[in-house]
Amino acid sequence: MLSLSAVLFMLALGATCGAVLSAASKIFYVYEDPRVGIVEGYTAGANCGGCGYAGCAAAAVAVVAGEAPPSVCIVAGPEATANIAGVMGLDPGTAESLLSYNTCTGGDRAAEKYVYMGIKSCQALATLHGGQRFCPVGCLGFGDCVKACAFDAIKIGAHGYPVVNEMKCVGCGACEKVCPKDIMEIKTMSQRLLHLNQYDDRIAPCQQTCPAEIDIPKYVYQTKIGDYEGAVNTIRERNPLMLACGRVCPHPCEDKCRRGIEDEPVSINQLKRFVADYEMNSGKRLPISVAPSTGKKIAVVGGGPAGLSCAYFLRRLGHDVTIFDAMPKLGGMIRYGIPEYRLPKDVLAWEIDGILNLGVEHKPNVALGRDFDIGALIASGYDAVFLGIGAWKDYTLGVEGENLQGCYTGINFLTNFAVWQQERPHEQRPFIGKKCVVIGGGNTAIDCVRTLVRLGADEVTIVYRRTRKEMPANEVEIVAAEHEGINFTFLAAPTQVIGDEAGNVTQLEYLKMELGEPDASGRRRPVPIEGSETVIDTDMLITAIGQGPDVFFKDESKRLDEDLKLTRWNTIDSEDEIALQSSIPYIFSGGDAATGADLVVSAIGAGRRAARSIHFYLANEDITPPSKTLFRNNIPVSIFESVSGITQLPRTKMPELPVDERIKSFVEADLVITEDEALYESSRCLECCLICYNKDVA
Amino acid sequence: MGYMEIIIGGIFVNNILLAQFLGNCPFLGTSKKMETAVGMAMAVVFVLVLAGVITWVLYAFFLVPYKLVYMRTIAFILVIASLVQFVEMFLKKSIPALYAGLGIFLPLITTNCAVFGACILNVDKELNFMKTLVQSFAYAVGFGLALILFAGVRERIILARVPKPLQDTSIGLVTAGILSLTFYAFKGMI
Repeated sequence: MLSLSAVLFMLALGATCGAVLSAASKIFYVYEDPRVGIVEGYTAGANCGGCGYAGCAAAAVAVVAGEAPPSVCIVAGPEATANIAGVMGLDPGTAESLLSYNTCTGGDRAAEKYVYMGIKSCQALATLHGGQRFCPVGCLGFGDCVKACAFDAIKIGAHGYPVVNEMKCVGCGACEKVCPKDIMEIKTMSQRLLHLNQYDDRIAPCQQTCPAEIDIPKYVYQTKIGDYEGAVNTIRERNPLMLACGRVCPHPCEDKCRRGIEDEPVSINQLKRFVADYEMNSGKRLPISVAPSTGKKIAVVGGGPAGLSCAYFLRRLGHDVTIFDAMPKLGGMIRYGIPEYRLPKDVLAWEIDGILNLGVEHKPNVALGRDFDIGALIASGYDAVFLGIGAWKDYTLGVEGENLQGCYTGINFLTNFAVWQQERPHEQRPFIGKKCVVIGGGNTAIDCVRTLVRLGADEVTIVYRRTRKEMPANEVEIVAAEHEGINFTFLAAPTQVIGDEAGNVTQLEYLKMELGEPDASGRRRPVPIEGSETVIDTDMLITAIGQGPDVFFKDESKRLDEDLKLTRWNTIDSEDEIALQSSIPYIFSGGDAATGADLVVSAIGAGRRAARSIHFYLANEDITPPSKTLFRNNIPVSIFESVSGITQLPRTKMPELPVDERIKSFVEADLVITEDEALYESSRCLECCLICYNKDVA
Repeated sequence: MGYMEIIIGGIFVNNILLAQFLGNCPFLGTSKKMETAVGMAMAVVFVLVLAGVITWVLYAFFLVPYKLVYMRTIAFILVIASLVQFVEMFLKKSIPALYAGLGIFLPLITTNCAVFGACILNVDKELNFMKTLVQSFAYAVGFGLALILFAGVRERIILARVPKPLQDTSIGLVTAGILSLTFYAFKGMI
């Protein structure tokens, strides 16, 4: 009897509760996006709060509202991320995994301005004049990030700054939130590729100066500890053409090397070449990560360093890239302008294959304006266009007789010769004179004379209107040319080219000059001396006095290209030289086409900046670079007048072929340093950061 | 027993966390951050008062007259669980701001033994309706007070150097013990 009433009571109570709840669910019904429930189902359900939302339900609501990425759940892993992205119909591009990175490598070695004895917390310490260290952006070392990390992925390393264990890190961002100095960064590889140097970055002068913004201290250190593969990966985050750059870069970074203030600078570029050659000779290619596909198509016009760099970075960001190139093979000026003895073409081909292997398409032998125009690209579904057409049109002297038989222009000569050498060596060799004269003082002029010497010209002379000091060519190139027996005639301005009756060039007439006041470029302006006309005999004259972009496609194009603004130097105009967007929003440019003839490494940097702009443009985001972007400047506090305690250690000399051997052939003249030399050279590096450096190796 | 005694007794002397040791699970689980602790405290105040009243009604008007007092445990659990679900739905529709503020803590209370314990204590003492209301409120405030105090202490413990084996929950339990001892000072006030 008793049990029956109990059962009846419970049934009644249960029924009442059930009825009330079901009635309530009708009365208090609130429309909820059905996706919230599905998304919540894919989260871990742990309500851990690691994502920054109050529980899994709140995170699901945020995902559906578009406020959180599909990767919001830090516990559930990549499979859940893909599922959530599927529910939301998002491209899984956002599913790229996040990792924490420490950006300060100073730690304990940074100088202190006061002794701190308070609470062992970075956040507390940061309130006292921003911390105890002179470095305004350095690590404070108490490890708030270590305490914040719920996954035990961060330790304070031996040098007093945090070290992230990439295997344990889930990219939750707790460390980034808690760090008062913004040392910890949570980034995907794509975000790392998109970062431009900024005024508040912890970067050494060399990295600030490098036009490609390579993390130089990091790869030099990786070389020092024998992690050559790590060094290759570090360089490749900023420079896809390291074999080429390791050979031809005039390394502006070394001019700002801190060791160079008291000693000879570290031979950074030879180290780059060493690790790059190490990878090539190891017989395998290191894997390069590519973000999940975004489905956007981009046309890169021009397969030179700027175009290759832009294509490489766009591909790594997950876009589909096609390179349209006018020449039979990729490489542009570094294939057809830089001679074989400076950059062997099989080396270049190996490097370019690495870029194409990422899934970049190549359409050879098609020129913009001749075979297609920009309208056709847009019509065939390309979302953006990068113009990296380079600067292939030689400037002319503007004097009488320069079109005589035997007169050439620099790029034209080098390209014709390179095409013959690479594409049809069985045909007749282009004409070479006996007494050759090259006008100009840049790298093109030097490339011409060194090529002519190798082809067997009896006498080769450079005619330049200023002095050796003002020559814009790389110092090593000038020295090599001197060794190879080139004549230099300085302070000479050509006035007339003289020919015979048959129309062949016979002589060059020039005026002698003297140096006057400095001009806008800071170089002293040459002033002609009246009545000093002199003639020099020649049967081959090459004019290499500079070059600009060949913009004939503007006249050939039917529709869209008319609005494309050019500068008065025929380069493609962009309002912001960091964003590199042209006057037509979907057209971007970079490299020589945007700046006029410049370094390979500058074109590589520009390719990355353009890729960044295109990436943001295609995502409908703001492409304006951050106001703190460094770009071509140095952080004042990082530039020292003197460095104390430096022990003089001689710089490793570049090994090169003996002169009499190298002028007979096009075999590579500059050689790679040995492993021992690389280890020695990398140990000369002061491992600088913004203002501190490793005093133990000084 | 006056209302003042009930309030002082509920908050301090018979503090539900530190003197009666009910609801230790959320006490340790939600006290790592002050923000979380405050959210939990608010949710407990809200639910405990409601649960105290409803269970008293159930007890006085159904269980006692039908001589089913021995069924109170299962009946109370069912009622509290349904109540929390009901309140959640109600808040979501009517007071979205409060719902958003309480967040995940509302459903968590379904399994909070402090709520159930307080209801049982109320009926054991045979309090009348008003006193039950006040007593429930006092217990909830006591819960909140202890939780917030504890969260404050734990936030500072993070900055202290704690030996490795004692870190996190271990030092939390030690601290809870000391906190509990301090509350024993209130013994004898009423």
